[in-house]
Amino acid sequence: MTSRIDNKRCLKMYEQMLTIRRFEEKAIELFEHNLIRGNIHPCIGQEAVSVGACSPLRRDDFMVNTHRGHGNCIAKGADLKLMMAELFGKSTGYCKGKGGSMHIADFEGGNLGANGIVGGGLPIAVGAGIGIQNRGTDQVAVCFFGDGATNQGTFHESLNLAALWKLPVIFVCENNLYGLSTPVRESISVVNISDRAMAYGIPGMSIDGNDIIAMHTKMTEAVDRARAGEGPTLLDCITYRFFGHFTGDPGKGITYRSKEEMGQWLERCPIKRFRERLIKEKRITEKTEKTMEADVKASIEEAVQFAKESPLPLPEEALQDLFH
Amino acid sequence: MTERMISCSAAICEALTEEMARDEAIFIIGEDLVAHGGIFGQFRGLPERFPGRLIDTPISESCIVGAGLGAALTGMRPLVDMHFADFVTCAMDEIVNQTAKIRYMFGGQVKVPLVIWAPDGAGLSAAAHHSQSLESWFVHTPGLKVVVPSEPADVKGLLKAAIRDDDPVIFFQHKKLFAREGPVPEGEHIVPLGKAAVKRPGGSVTILTYGSGFYMSMEAANELAGMGIEAEVIDLRTLKPLDFGTIADSIKKTNRAVVVHEACLSGGFGAEVSARINSELFDYLDAPVLRVAAKDVPIPFSPRLENFVLPKAEDVISAVRQVVYR
Repeated sequence: MTSRIDNKRCLKMYEQMLTIRRFEEKAIELFEHNLIRGNIHPCIGQEAVSVGACSPLRRDDFMVNTHRGHGNCIAKGADLKLMMAELFGKSTGYCKGKGGSMHIADFEGGNLGANGIVGGGLPIAVGAGIGIQNRGTDQVAVCFFGDGATNQGTFHESLNLAALWKLPVIFVCENNLYGLSTPVRESISVVNISDRAMAYGIPGMSIDGNDIIAMHTKMTEAVDRARAGEGPTLLDCITYRFFGHFTGDPGKGITYRSKEEMGQWLERCPIKRFRERLIKEKRITEKTEKTMEADVKASIEEAVQFAKESPLPLPEEALQDLFH
Repeated sequence: MTERMISCSAAICEALTEEMARDEAIFIIGEDLVAHGGIFGQFRGLPERFPGRLIDTPISESCIVGAGLGAALTGMRPLVDMHFADFVTCAMDEIVNQTAKIRYMFGGQVKVPLVIWAPDGAGLSAAAHHSQSLESWFVHTPGLKVVVPSEPADVKGLLKAAIRDDDPVIFFQHKKLFAREGPVPEGEHIVPLGKAAVKRPGGSVTILTYGSGFYMSMEAANELAGMGIEAEVIDLRTLKPLDFGTIADSIKKTNRAVVVHEACLSGGFGAEVSARINSELFDYLDAPVLRVAAKDVPIPFSPRLENFVLPKAEDVISAVRQVVYR
């Protein structure tokens, strides 16, 4: 039941999920037309994790992100125009074209940046937690990472330290079942990633990461705990990336995932499920939905337009921003 | 301001005491800080003076450095104690991929006021895992400032400057020099980053050095003076950004240069300095630039072996005599 969450918030979460989906679809399209270079790691299919994890956050809370991070940026309140301009490598982008798709940060919005190194963000989130504890505020730091990161040393060092000092950090594992092409069942020694919380004496739970209401509810509990000074939580959010690892993945990951499996997960699409629920509970009308779709489309078109019209950086700008 | 003789260790403590009293955002994080005042006793007195601001961690170097970074990004000014410089290998991602790159990669959105304090160097029979001089790795990593002081006054002044700097600084300090004493000004004494110092004037040859190499070079210079060779000894102090102006001024006068460091030869900082002198000051040179450095092996344990591997004043003398053709 969504009933405990007010209508306004439900619709906002739905709109954010749609925005992420359409943003990613557009980014892939632009990549295929060579307007975006490099590569994109789309988070299509994982929208409920991004939105559910960020919806209980305030703007002054911190977030640490991963290479598959567009959705988390949007959910934390990033400006689509500045994001798209960054993807285009334009000087108006969040990072003036120096970061690209894998490295978007928005420090004013509490987004401490996305990491190209698997597990690279966990210690940074711990440090943000130390800063919060030191200043004595009730902020929290949310750390996104993938299933693959839970096999890195930084995961274990960070959970231990955060648990030891009861830091206000929420560890959100976007468990999309594959580290690039390696399935979790072949790489993780426990059945559930959340079982690893036990080793550090902190609460851990595995959640249906494609159920936005479950995500929002569990995340709210974890954030409340952190704000109350009760320490970190590990959330293992089970989800699926429809598009494979990155835009260069043949057949959306068909070399390591079966058609049947991919088909089953499409059925569990988080947006489809949330929509059905909203309709069933009469929380959304056809008219509202249409307006929302049109608004989302317009905001993305506006972002693309902004990115296209923005200037490329001057070559010499490559030598700026290293030191103060 | 009066000067008195204090050790490098006391200079660290004094710099930190003054800075921590001045700015509450500064804290020290690392292993074994509170009970021992640091593994070398270098922070003795600070835990009592600043309760809660020296944070003992588990042995988790990746997380220690990464946490220092995260705190720096969110308003604090941490000093991370690396315990031994050799342990940077356990935190290379946090130093090289995270700390060094964050400001640039994110388009200059944020400052990174982080000091990584790393005691380095050989000569204590500590063998291969506790004796290295790894500064050139970090000079080769854009985004880090690299400081290697020698004398206690520089330790104090550079550490204060590093703590106040809004960019990440890796601060190497030679373990064997902790007890070394020298005159240190009391109170506010800042040595700006990126400024070399002519520590001994001379007209025959320029010796470019830093850290433990400085003492080796001064010893050599004093002996060379007896042979009528006046070496100008420049203590580089900061390797990045490098004060090439001071180097150039000296070489234009002496027309000869020898670079001295304790780190091993191949790919060492001497190679960088030498290359730069050759490309920018070739017309002023009367001899090839020579390098004095450790031999290209890990640091061995046995004092006899270790002594053989490390550079000495006599190696500096021999290199200088080669370039002055005497």
